[in-house]
Amino acid sequence: MRLPPIIKTTAARLSALYLLLFGAFAIVLVFYMTSVSVRILAGQTQETINEETSSLVRAYERGGLLFLVRVVEQRARQPGANLYLVADANGRILSGNVESLQPGVLETAGWTERPFFYQRYGEGGGAAPGGGAATTGPHEAIALVIRLPNQMILLVGRDLGEPERFRKVVQRALILSLGFMGLGAFLIWFFVGRTALRRIDSVSEASARIMGGDLSGRLPVTGAGDEFDRLSENLNTMLSRIAVLNEGLKQVSDNIAHDLKTPLTRLRSRAEAALAGAEDTDDYREALQATISESDQLIRTFNAILMISRFEAGYSTESTESLDLATVVADVVDLYEPVAEESGVAMDAHVTGPLLVSGNRELAAQALSNLVDNAIKYTAGQADSPRVTVSASRSGGEVRVSIADNGPGIPAEDRQRATERFVRLEKSRSRPGSGLGLSLAKAIMTFHGGRIELDDAAPGLKVTMIFPSARSSA
Amino acid sequence: MKILLIEDDREAAEYLEKALTEAGHTTHVAGDGETGFALADSGDYDVLIVDRMLPRRDGLSVIAGLRARGSETPVLILSALGEVDDRVTGLRAGGDDYLTKPFAFSELLARIEVLKRRAGAKDVETVYRAGDLELDRLSHTVRRSGREITLQPREFRLLEYLMRHAGQVVTRTMLLENVWDYHFDPQTNVIDVHVSRLRGKIEKGFDKPILHTVRGAGYMLRAG
Repeated sequence: MRLPPIIKTTAARLSALYLLLFGAFAIVLVFYMTSVSVRILAGQTQETINEETSSLVRAYERGGLLFLVRVVEQRARQPGANLYLVADANGRILSGNVESLQPGVLETAGWTERPFFYQRYGEGGGAAPGGGAATTGPHEAIALVIRLPNQMILLVGRDLGEPERFRKVVQRALILSLGFMGLGAFLIWFFVGRTALRRIDSVSEASARIMGGDLSGRLPVTGAGDEFDRLSENLNTMLSRIAVLNEGLKQVSDNIAHDLKTPLTRLRSRAEAALAGAEDTDDYREALQATISESDQLIRTFNAILMISRFEAGYSTESTESLDLATVVADVVDLYEPVAEESGVAMDAHVTGPLLVSGNRELAAQALSNLVDNAIKYTAGQADSPRVTVSASRSGGEVRVSIADNGPGIPAEDRQRATERFVRLEKSRSRPGSGLGLSLAKAIMTFHGGRIELDDAAPGLKVTMIFPSARSSA
Repeated sequence: MKILLIEDDREAAEYLEKALTEAGHTTHVAGDGETGFALADSGDYDVLIVDRMLPRRDGLSVIAGLRARGSETPVLILSALGEVDDRVTGLRAGGDDYLTKPFAFSELLARIEVLKRRAGAKDVETVYRAGDLELDRLSHTVRRSGREITLQPREFRLLEYLMRHAGQVVTRTMLLENVWDYHFDPQTNVIDVHVSRLRGKIEKGFDKPILHTVRGAGYMLRAG
């Protein structure tokens, strides 16, 4: 059997639990109080009866039966819950305010074992004249039955109407309090369910929508700044991160499809052409050499893609150490200086060292050499007096390594895109390279907990690698 | 040269065995770590080529085991794991050189020749000679036919490495690793530019070329 959906909400469960727990508590409390009060009332009743009885017995002893009857008649006329009855040995009622009794009450002396029914004098009407017949009277009572020395029977009792009324009052209180409990449960459901839990519902609805394919969707944030807002904000951040990774993955596959298919196709057709048209072993040799260098370029591109993905996914086996960036800059400038000279590019470096960062020497050098390589490549033959300037210095808590050139630069609107994988701005399409240099440098900076910035060098491009400075270990 | 190749990929092993034999080396192949260790332990090999991931016994454990037994045979590690940290682990385990798959055969050949030479040349030479070229490590001078050639420190180290391995092919990667101590892949022909500068200094004004380009492999310093 399936429960209606409302039962399955936390609010309904909480309300039910509340109702059950507090209801049980109320019932126990009410029963305890009634039983205690009823016991106290019963004790009082017995005491009253005892007192009445002993005063009547004293009256009998003083004035005999007639005096007793008179006293009983007198007392029976007074209003109240007391019952008086004098009967002969056969149980015939001689005097008192009781018209008829449940049979058998007068037969045993002492306290009646349980409440019995009776009918008051003058209340029976014509329906049961002469008494005796009333097995179930309208009233209940308890009584003390005494056999007087002349075998006469004296009964003194008390109507139970009063405790009965009390019991009814308590019962009503119980029902009323249970009603309040129910109302409380409903209010809890209303407030918890309608306000708080409905927000959980909205979160799960939104996530269901996102899972359904609307990856741009985000969870609602009300601005209340409470736990729910924090939860939604964190989940939203996570979603954005997933979206970025997802986008990256899509881009990689698109770019692999596009940029790697081209060299692979070239490789294949070159081999095919060699097979079809080669005249002698020299032709074969040449074709094979071209094939090898093409494969080398492919391997290089693949390595770069793998490396970028590894850094972007945030895991890497590379370790970091305390590293002086000034020596890395000097190394790379030394490595590229002849290349710059050969391309007719003036290269100079301004480094004020030491520049300690926590980093990986190989990776930092690789990132820097990619950027220097780019700068030389894009400046050579593009400017009147091509120049590349590498400068490194500490500023605040960061170490900044800038590579500025006076080449054509990158228009502001393209700069963001330039660091993406495989993005080769139109002007550079015709040049060799995989288009991974900048994005690899960016990935390496991410690994170092730093970032990369592209600026206008007016004219030219200025790329800055920003490393967080090594924490000074005190 | 007697070479032991410990490699489990049958196709790669056959190809390498054939190529190494053609290059004039006696080559034996072991298909797993245990067999490789047993063969290498005999001590008759000049150079070991060890794949890192092997069945029955890991390549690094084979090398460490051999080193623990006092073997000094030079070891070249071949591995698909090419990160800097992987290389460091390999070299610390007792490897003498590390080559990442995929690799060019010419690179492998050049490296094992250098390894063999390094193992043989235990004596500390202070002067290297190749034909009429002479490099003195102590006085930091270079002469060719008695005429002194002025080199910058980096050029000196480049020539020093080439002369130490005169007569052997030296690849661009080996130069970047040994002269600059970097292991990444530079995008352009940076090493070629350095070598051609050096070549300009040591060949200009002399009629015989001494620094030769080996097509598809690297460079070789050879007199005549």
